[in-house]
This record gives sequence, C-alpha cells and structure tokens, in this order.
Amino acid sequence: MNARLTAATARRVLLQLRADKRTIAMLIVLPMLLLTLLWWLFGDTIDPMTQAPMFDPLGARLMGLFPMLLMFIITSVATLRERTSGTMERLMASPMRRGDVVLGYAMAFGLVAAVQGTLLTLYSVYVLSLDVQGPVWALVLIIVLDALLGTALGLAASSLARTEFQAVQMMPVVLLPQLLIAGLFMAREDMPDVLYWISTVLPLSYAIDAINDILADNAAGIWPEVLILIGFIAGSLILGVTTLRRRTP
Amino acid sequence: MENNAIEITGLRVVRGHKEVLHDLSLTVPRGAVVGLLGPSGGGKSTLMRSIVGAQIVADGDVKIFGLDAGTPPLRHRVGYVTQAPSVYGDLTVRQNLSYFGALVGADADNVTHTISSVGLADQADQVVDTLSGGQRSRVSLAAAILGHPDLLVLDEPTVGLDPALRDDLWKLFRHFADQGTTILVSSHVMDEATRCDRLLFLREGRILADGTLEEITQDTGTTDAESAFLALARRGEAA
Repeated sequence: MNARLTAATARRVLLQLRADKRTIAMLIVLPMLLLTLLWWLFGDTIDPMTQAPMFDPLGARLMGLFPMLLMFIITSVATLRERTSGTMERLMASPMRRGDVVLGYAMAFGLVAAVQGTLLTLYSVYVLSLDVQGPVWALVLIIVLDALLGTALGLAASSLARTEFQAVQMMPVVLLPQLLIAGLFMAREDMPDVLYWISTVLPLSYAIDAINDILADNAAGIWPEVLILIGFIAGSLILGVTTLRRRTP
Repeated sequence: MENNAIEITGLRVVRGHKEVLHDLSLTVPRGAVVGLLGPSGGGKSTLMRSIVGAQIVADGDVKIFGLDAGTPPLRHRVGYVTQAPSVYGDLTVRQNLSYFGALVGADADNVTHTISSVGLADQADQVVDTLSGGQRSRVSLAAAILGHPDLLVLDEPTVGLDPALRDDLWKLFRHFADQGTTILVSSHVMDEATRCDRLLFLREGRILADGTLEEITQDTGTTDAESAFLALARRGEAA
C-alpha cells in the first residue's frame, strides 16, 4: 500500500463529488427530509403498548438505515462508473495497488459519511426534538459508523460483481434482508430461532442493538457493538480489496 | 538487455466459451513502432489486454521486457490506452492528468507539458465531458504517456480524428519511438501501415503476417497493405 497514491485517489474522488452538487445535496439533505417525513407522519402518536411516543425509537433506529442505504448506493455506483468508463482497467494496469483504490474511495466517502451522519443526528435531536434517553454523542457515533458501513459494503459488493448488472443487483441482495431481520420490525429476541441466528451475522443488527442501548440510556453498553461494527467495516474493505480483479475475462 | 519488448508464445484466450486468440506467437522488437492491423472482432483489443495484463488468458506465455505481463515492476513501464477514452468525464483535463500523473510520479510541469504535446493547452481547465470525441481520446492518450513508459500500447488511438490531427499524433508516436519507447498501435485503417516500422496482421485470432510493409507486400506480390491483407486472407481460406 502507498499512502501517497491512496491520498491522491481520495482527493480525486472528492473532486468528482464536488463537481456534482446535486449528489452532495442528496447525500446531506435526503436523510433529513426522510426523518422529517417520519416525524410528520407520527407526530405525537403514542405507542399503546409502552405509552411512549412512537417517533423517538422508530426515528432513532431508521436514522441508522438511511445513511447506510444512501452511502451503499453512491459508493457502488461510483465504483461501477469507474469500471464502465474503463478507468478501473487503467488504474489496474498502473503502479496503483488494489488497496490504494479501495482505501482512497473509503477515505473520500468516509468523510462524506461522517459529515452526513453528524448533521442528520444533530438535526433530528435539536430540530425534530427526537428524544433519545442516552447521550447524543453516542448516537452520532453509531450513525456515522452506519454510514461508513454502507460505504464499505458498497465497495465490497461492487467488486464482488463481475458485471455492472450484477453490481446493481447487490443493493437489494445485501440491504433488504438486513432491513427485515436486523431488529427494525421486531426485536431480535422475539424472532424465530433461525432468523435470530441469521441476524447475528448481519451488521445492521449491531447498529440497531447499539441504538436500542442508547434509547435505554445505557451508553456504556454500546462498546461491544461499536467494536463489531468496526470489524464489519474492516472486513468489508478487505473483501473489497481481495476481490477486485486485475484481470477480467 | 533483451532485444524484444514483447515476446508471446502459444497465447490462447477464451472469452465466453469461444476461443478468440488461437495459439498466438509473436515478437515486438524494442524501440519500434509496430502496427497491429486487422478488422474489428479479429482479436486486436484482446491481444492488447493480454499484453498489459488485464486479460485472463487460457494458455501461453506473454513476456514484456523479459517479465510476465502485468507483474508489478512492469506497471511503471507500460502505458495503455483503451479504445474508449478511459478518463474521468466529470473532471477537467488538468485534474485528470494530475491524478494519473500522481500514480506514476509525474510532477505539475510534466502534466502541463504533456497537455500541450497532445494539443490541448487551450482546453486544460475544461471538463472532459464538454470536449469533442477526438479531444477526449487525446486526454486518454496523454494520461498514458505521462510517466514516459518504455512500452506504449495504443488501441485505435486515431479512429475518428481529423487527418491533420492524425498526422500530428503519428509524429508524436514517432517522437516517442526515437526516444526509445516501443509502440504497439492497433488500427483497422490499412493506410496507417506506412507509418509503422513493422506490421502484425491479425484476423480471426490468428497472425496472418509479421514483418515490415516491404517484406509483406513482396511476399504477397502486392503494392499496399490493403491488398496484401486481402491476399493473405484468401491464402488462409484456400489452405
């Protein structure tokens, strides 16, 4: 790996993003709009089971999902474009190592993910008055990790694919099952055993677990989940590097 | 020092269950401008991809300066221009070349100089997507010559260019060759044969001829590349 080449790649990806104002606006504003929609939808509706407002727990958990989804799509489409334009083939024939390409992308989009996650959390807490029992910094941390996870998964998924068509299909394959069984719709403990065990290998489960800890004002309890999320991010990046193909059929 | 820039023996490439290069063997001497001529679909791009190490090969040996194609020490020494311009359309010419320059250690002066050598000085700060097709392919060419590679592999670099520009590019290739760069350039335009030191005729995944234009025309009793190619193709079909 070469720090200079990684940095040059990150800089280039950020330059491309800067030239695309609409994408930046979408990345930053869209999650906020979606959360606002949810806030409008539920208003002060009270959950009849718990007698607590419905918006707070649902908003906090979905907040983890939107940045991950968006970053996944943006990252996989950007690397996809890199392949279809032939520039990936050029990079692969250059002195650049595969790790430099993946890490350069991860750094650039990681920066965007961090800005996105931080703004979204602050907006939800201070503008939409989303009431989490735990500390706001803990929520910011988890949301940013979620966005980073989306980037890392997007990089891994798009380099696993052999064709552009396969790469696009990775989105529903990787994200939708997590949406269903990571604990958004039903607490993982209440799921059928098999689904529970499947959910333990899905990264989003740990993000939701951590958010549940914060909702229960148990910020100290998030650290195992933080470590697991970092592990998933690192693992996805390594997968992205090892599966990037220098030679193609 | 080896005398050959490229040495290929028994190269076979299979794409989608179909063999597209059949037991190909050829050599390209150092410092020469070698034209790879033949119709589209004949395997020119596949052969070039095998040479830069981007192609999965089924069998055979591809040696570049005595090293296996695509291995790390070669990546500084081989410049490759794909048929479609492979540059970032959403960046300016200079941003593109600064990035590709960083990969091979070319500084800002080198970037500026390279931009003018391909005749794009006036477009340096223009976004690539707003350029014409010919200008875009010159950005792609500039990206490949930045690091002063020892071998330049160019896939149809002059297609669709205006004749004056084509002439400029061939002069540029000649200039590089004079400095010791080996150039393998593909074309489906037979009249570009006169620009090359040596020719490789490729048709249906087989080499029809390998030599100078003079040798090939003498061998076939013809006067130009087009009719020589035709004669060789007929000869192949008769056999």
